[in-house]
Amino acid sequence: MLRKIFALMKKEFRAILKNKKTRMVLIIPPIAQILVFGYSASFDLNKVPFAVYNEDPGLASRQLLARFQGAETFHLVDTIDHDDGIAPLINEKKVMLVLHIGPDFTRNLSKGQPAKLQVILDGRNSNSAMISLNYVRNIVMEFNRHWAALHGGHHVPAQLVVSSWFNSSLDSHWFIIPGIVALLALVVTLEVTALSVAKEREAGTFDQLLVTPMTPLEILIGKSLPGFIIGFVEATFIITMTILWFHVPFRGSFLVLYLGIFAFLLSAIGIGLMISSISVTQQQGLMGAFLFLVPAVILSGFATPIENMPRFVQYITYLNPMRYFLIIVRSSFLQGASFDLLWNLYWPMALIGIATLTAAGMLFRNRMY
Amino acid sequence: MSAANERHPVPPGNEDDTILSVTNVSKRFQVGKRTIHALSEVSFQAKAGIVTGLIGPDGAGKTTLMRLACGLLVPDSGSITVLGMNATKDALKVQQSIGYMPQRFGLYEDLTVQENLDLYADLHKVAVKDRPARYEKLLHMTGLAPFTGRLAGRLSGGMKQKLGIACALVSPPPLLILDEPTVGVDPVSRRELWEIVYSQVKEMNMSVLLSTAYLDEAEQCSEVVLMHEGRFLGQDAPEAFSSKLVARTFVIHGRGDGNKRELLRKLSDHPQAVDVIILGDTLRLVTRTSMNGQQAADTFAIDQKLWKIDASKPRFEDAFIDKLQQHREQTGATKRGAITAATVKKKNDEAAIVVKDLRREFGSFVAVKDLSFTVGRGEIFGLLGANGAGKTTTFRMLCGLLPATSGTLQVAGHNLRIARAPARAKIGYMAQKFSLYGDLTVRQNLNFFSAAYELRGKRQKERIQWALNSFELAEIQDNDSDDLPLGYKQRLALAAALMHEPEILFLDEPTSGIDPLARREFWSHINALASAGVTVMVTTHFMEEASYCDNLVIMARGQVLAAGSPSELTARYRSPDNPEPSMEDTFIHLIEEFEQQQGKNS
Amino acid sequence: MDVMRLRGLVRKESRQIIRDPSSIGIAFFLPVLLLLIFGYGVSLDARHVPLAMVVEKNSPQATALVSGFNQSDYFLPIPMRSIQEAEQALMERRVDGIIWLRHNFARDLLTGGKAPIGVIVNGVDSNKARLIEGYVTGVWFNWLERMTEAQGRKLNVPVTVEHRVWFNAAVRSRDYLVPGLIAIIMTLIGAMLTSMVVAREWERGTMEALMVTPVSMKEVIASKIIPYFILGMGGMLLSVLMAVFLFQVPLRGSMWPLIVSSSLFMFTAINMGLLISVAAKNQFVAGQIAIVITFLPAFILSGFVFDIRTMPVVIQWLTHLVAARYFVDILQTLFLAGDIWPLFLINSVWLALMALFFLMIIKKKSRKLLE
Repeated sequence: MLRKIFALMKKEFRAILKNKKTRMVLIIPPIAQILVFGYSASFDLNKVPFAVYNEDPGLASRQLLARFQGAETFHLVDTIDHDDGIAPLINEKKVMLVLHIGPDFTRNLSKGQPAKLQVILDGRNSNSAMISLNYVRNIVMEFNRHWAALHGGHHVPAQLVVSSWFNSSLDSHWFIIPGIVALLALVVTLEVTALSVAKEREAGTFDQLLVTPMTPLEILIGKSLPGFIIGFVEATFIITMTILWFHVPFRGSFLVLYLGIFAFLLSAIGIGLMISSISVTQQQGLMGAFLFLVPAVILSGFATPIENMPRFVQYITYLNPMRYFLIIVRSSFLQGASFDLLWNLYWPMALIGIATLTAAGMLFRNRMY
Repeated sequence: MSAANERHPVPPGNEDDTILSVTNVSKRFQVGKRTIHALSEVSFQAKAGIVTGLIGPDGAGKTTLMRLACGLLVPDSGSITVLGMNATKDALKVQQSIGYMPQRFGLYEDLTVQENLDLYADLHKVAVKDRPARYEKLLHMTGLAPFTGRLAGRLSGGMKQKLGIACALVSPPPLLILDEPTVGVDPVSRRELWEIVYSQVKEMNMSVLLSTAYLDEAEQCSEVVLMHEGRFLGQDAPEAFSSKLVARTFVIHGRGDGNKRELLRKLSDHPQAVDVIILGDTLRLVTRTSMNGQQAADTFAIDQKLWKIDASKPRFEDAFIDKLQQHREQTGATKRGAITAATVKKKNDEAAIVVKDLRREFGSFVAVKDLSFTVGRGEIFGLLGANGAGKTTTFRMLCGLLPATSGTLQVAGHNLRIARAPARAKIGYMAQKFSLYGDLTVRQNLNFFSAAYELRGKRQKERIQWALNSFELAEIQDNDSDDLPLGYKQRLALAAALMHEPEILFLDEPTSGIDPLARREFWSHINALASAGVTVMVTTHFMEEASYCDNLVIMARGQVLAAGSPSELTARYRSPDNPEPSMEDTFIHLIEEFEQQQGKNS
Repeated sequence: MDVMRLRGLVRKESRQIIRDPSSIGIAFFLPVLLLLIFGYGVSLDARHVPLAMVVEKNSPQATALVSGFNQSDYFLPIPMRSIQEAEQALMERRVDGIIWLRHNFARDLLTGGKAPIGVIVNGVDSNKARLIEGYVTGVWFNWLERMTEAQGRKLNVPVTVEHRVWFNAAVRSRDYLVPGLIAIIMTLIGAMLTSMVVAREWERGTMEALMVTPVSMKEVIASKIIPYFILGMGGMLLSVLMAVFLFQVPLRGSMWPLIVSSSLFMFTAINMGLLISVAAKNQFVAGQIAIVITFLPAFILSGFVFDIRTMPVVIQWLTHLVAARYFVDILQTLFLAGDIWPLFLINSVWLALMALFFLMIIKKKSRKLLE
């Protein structure tokens, strides 16, 4: 039995690695994607373009604005002196926000009365708007603290002392890049498995395989292993890149992480092989893989949190193995989570894997022609 | 583009005018690492007003030549003139003046018959007022009038082919080019096609260039251009080819106990024999030099007590084989011997395959209806039928690829419905088309299949070596099997199916598309296996190949029409008009009778 | 171009579309499905965030603060007895943050000492963490105001930030995600619809029959673009209707710029699909390329969810190759902001340039030859 499985696995590997095109598909996209996505997929803002509309002749307003100009996160694009100047700048996306300081800013401030800083934001990307508003608030808070220290008089009775665990500087790359491990492992494994049976069916070789004394179980294992090994290698590559190139801290244990990879790949391969066994042509296999992949990525929590989704959509996500693995990989990296915190994420993936693999094995022979 | 509807008139003058002139044309393609010389220095001329046949096996360069003539390809060297225009430089003009039907007919299967015709009428800019008359004529001629609203994809192969021709004829072209119009079409439809073609030649003085791999069709052409592996072999009237072989062709009848397979082997090894094949209970022999029956018996040392030798009328195929053999000898290739096969021990006399009341339904459609037959050990058993007759379904059930709805299926002593795995270890299977792994090398394929059949260690090495030697694959063992010529692929597929020395060999349309020489070689292997006791089950749509079998079943619509040995079957339709009916004649008769009966019943 | 031939070809193509349920499915069913999944599935706003409340010693001030959190729509406060319990809950991802009021909180507050309110957030999802921080600050500030008011004073803060969010005052992330989604889905639909149609003709052998007629390749290409364009626009209309009526995204721009830019974009997407098809000559390869080069780049590099302005410069250049990026920009503006001509023009010109570029390569690649 082992020899037969080994022979099938060897054959699969040869077929995958021999062709220059398929070899490229396995090597180039992961590198390109981790680099491009690693740098581009981020919710952080830097160099937020802004304009200043300052009606106040006083010193205080200039001191406040100087803090913005000095900040890494802001980039002054324009200074305007009229109300009408605001709309074109924001409408045409030249700036993300305009800081407006009224004529009596310095006066109020020195009198100990509240001085207003008005922020006009482009809400077309509301997430960016809210984040940049937070940045503005942070700078103003600093300014207030400084002002109070110098001029006294003002005292806030209860300060917020905020600390964020696991990612103290709230760098969103730390959130996104470990997620790419899951994304690419899923894409590559599906690519390898979703076409493997369909391709043989189309070429007629699957019949040739079925008339040999190999059992469906042996075929199943022989077909799964290459996808498994390739997925494993790719995942390891991306994990290495994440740690060494993007310097995302790895705080957990590799055992916990790789156990997760094992369960995740098992479910991905099961789904891939099931799609493949249902399809008659490679074309259908490709479509099937795609129709699974798109919702699986969107509804996994990769970019947007699952908790925000409507309840019925949240129920659907329980069928999505990527949902579980994303938590494992992120917790392993940032939280350093141990096995007992994550154990209830392993078995759903294993269950999905076993169910789909069984279905695939049954579909090998008994599908209607 | 505006004057597109003006077809170029037929060149004036007598019938000897040249309509197609090919001069020193060469064309190469790159497939993987291999360069294919599709055409090498081909020159010939086709005359106007007649049917010229391009005859040759797959890979002869027929399709390439036709595409060059249509301006779809550019030759590497040489030139092609069609209707007085250069096919490469004036491609668009040539395309305005010819009718062309590619292989597989080039129809839109999701459009109806009428919509296909409309499309081609629009493309050829046939004036709207002329259309009704033209449509009526074409539909009448092709017999498609009742089906104008049917989707082309739902038509039978024969009807598709007629629709393809109708589309090519929508605006009557002076030259009609048909690429393998009869592939995948049943014999009845093939006859009708020829009638249509000749009616056009007669009525419209149309010139026709068509290609075919069926050698028996060559005799229907006015003139034949023979091609092989991209080379021009000769051009003449078909009778002129075969008349050269008078007194070189013989039929050998058995008088009783003679073993035809032993005789076949003996004769094919003889240097004087150009070609020997088994046709049912008889052997057909083509000799190198002319002689009479007695001389032949002496030359080949045939025991006349066991065998009766008669002179026979030469056929076109004999001439073709003769030409190919000459060509092969000139290029230095030698004849190959048959493979060696270990004798299968005959366990008592139990039958190899027993099928009883076999039935398979797909939903409400009954693909195979209560089929019963028995195949003895060491027999070559044929399963014949047109497309959709149910032979592939039957075949898949026999190999254990498809479960039966009901009935008994016993293969190599195992009930297939219970014990599939042990039965599978005893059968070899060669699928239709080439179905080994194209991206693996020859050796890797053999390695894989031997492992899949549970061979190991020394025995695995031995069998692989046997396969490489017997099928002469050793030299190309490191080539990707996708890059091999078809004949080699065929051999590799057979070798893979024989790795584990199966008791029963299943062959699904094993020889479609390979040249007659390779086909003969293939059958010599099959015969060797059969004499060693291997049971061979084969499906085919080559009627002639059916005669190679010991016994056969002819199927239509999932039912058996007739069963028996080839000579028993053909004998039924012997008549004064047709004293020696061919397998094809028999098949057509059977189908016609069946259709009549069906008509009566319904 | 010849009218009779073109009409014949367009009619043929339309009939094939009608008979092939898959293209109708791709044009109408797929956008609805994807828009539903995405529209409901993708949202960046945090609502009902589970928050552990650790109050070590009760006091009126602490109760007021806790009730502030209770009243907020953003939070779902869960009382916990000790910080250890709360931290464990954070580790187990049962809560996303902790509010920690120590036993000396009330005393420090009254004695005028510094009374820190401990806030711990789970930073794994940094975007969410940042939003939580913002919301917590809001609740805290309200509480301060109310407390100082109760004492009869005014809260004295030197500079207060007053913000106005234009175009999306309610800051609903769905309002900008849905228009972006339309662009991404349409990239996919346009490319998928057409990426296979030329390849299909090659594979079925009909291209060969077509070529040996007086038809020109220009006519063949035009006959592919016209019906699929109409079909794609149908899908587009459906998506816009869904956005406005189902997802309640305001449509502030006027109709005709929407029609013009949608047409332009659909034309670009279809040309891209056709180019893939012409280059691949094989349905399978064409499908594969279409998926690889449309979906992920459109998702990540179009500015649909990740803001292009914050990407490294090299990647910002790269985004100019993604057609969806221009359409995302146009749609987000048209829906939320209205007709802003300079933006509309620049993006339209880019789209037109891309379409022309694709068309040029298609023309070059589709010669009337089989090799």
